[in-house]
Amino acid sequence: MAALNLAGLIAAAADAIAAHAEELTALDQAIGDGDHGLNMKRGFEAVRAEADAFAAKPLPDALKAIGTKLVMTVGGASGPLFGTLFMALGKEISADPDRADLTAAFGRAIEAVAARGKSQIGQKTMLDVLQPVQEALAGGKTTAEIADIADAAAEATVPMRALRGRASFLGDRSIGHMDAGARSTALLVRTVGQAIGESA
Amino acid sequence: MSNVGIVIVSHSPLVAEGTADMVRQMVGDEVPLAWCGGNGHGGLGTSVEAIMGAIDKAWSEAGVAILVDLGGAETNSEMAVEMIGEPRAQKIIVCNAPIVEGAVMAATESSGGASLKEVVATAHELSPS
Repeated sequence: MAALNLAGLIAAAADAIAAHAEELTALDQAIGDGDHGLNMKRGFEAVRAEADAFAAKPLPDALKAIGTKLVMTVGGASGPLFGTLFMALGKEISADPDRADLTAAFGRAIEAVAARGKSQIGQKTMLDVLQPVQEALAGGKTTAEIADIADAAAEATVPMRALRGRASFLGDRSIGHMDAGARSTALLVRTVGQAIGESA
Repeated sequence: MSNVGIVIVSHSPLVAEGTADMVRQMVGDEVPLAWCGGNGHGGLGTSVEAIMGAIDKAWSEAGVAILVDLGGAETNSEMAVEMIGEPRAQKIIVCNAPIVEGAVMAATESSGGASLKEVVATAHELSPS
């Protein structure tokens, strides 16, 4: 894998979240507490503000620091969940990962997110996007294919009944809406994939 | 202080402060008590940083019991405990109990000099299952 332009990747991720903040909030308003877009935007803007400092660190330390920053700034349950994803990735990944390293680290990071949220696949959460993405990584798909798989996986949360998070309070009424965390996860997967694709 | 500390974490600063008032009415200053609420940016939510600060404020060598409202408060509290790390983390427990009743009952138990385990058990008795 070619050297990663981490500062550029952070900027792209923050841009993507900012551009879709209203959409994420609208999804969350339908079946949650309606703060997801604003919370994610605040977190990623805080990461963007220190992008150069993160980029100067070795990749594992940078990912851990980004995760901590998200935990401290997002302000909803998404903070610990996305924060844990990045912190665990940082803990598991090597300084110059190849695809096998990334795939293995990503798998263990997903386990950490599942533990943090006391959740599992099929409960209408970000895990429902993370898991197919990990399988696609393991299966040798291209970044463009993985981005499409992530979008389809987010779309596939629409008919699910929420079993975790605020949406679970709605029971059957959560059916028919996309999970906001699944959508933001798919957005980030596409953005990261494009950034890696460009640097490859 | 040797009594178990109580931390109240709500999405709403008004709920957290009001709950703390009710606890104070029961136990006065006999129990270390701290509360936090809101996302730190003026909105509803919870802040890991604020929770860590509240744990510091209510810290007791006997331990700290945290009472939370909705899911994100629990997730953020667990994250805060993890970030505080050992050796203190093993003396901090996030209770599965209704926030107002749990805080008042836990604090009352603590004011009598009960252990962290006893304080948490008292709060948990309020939650069916």
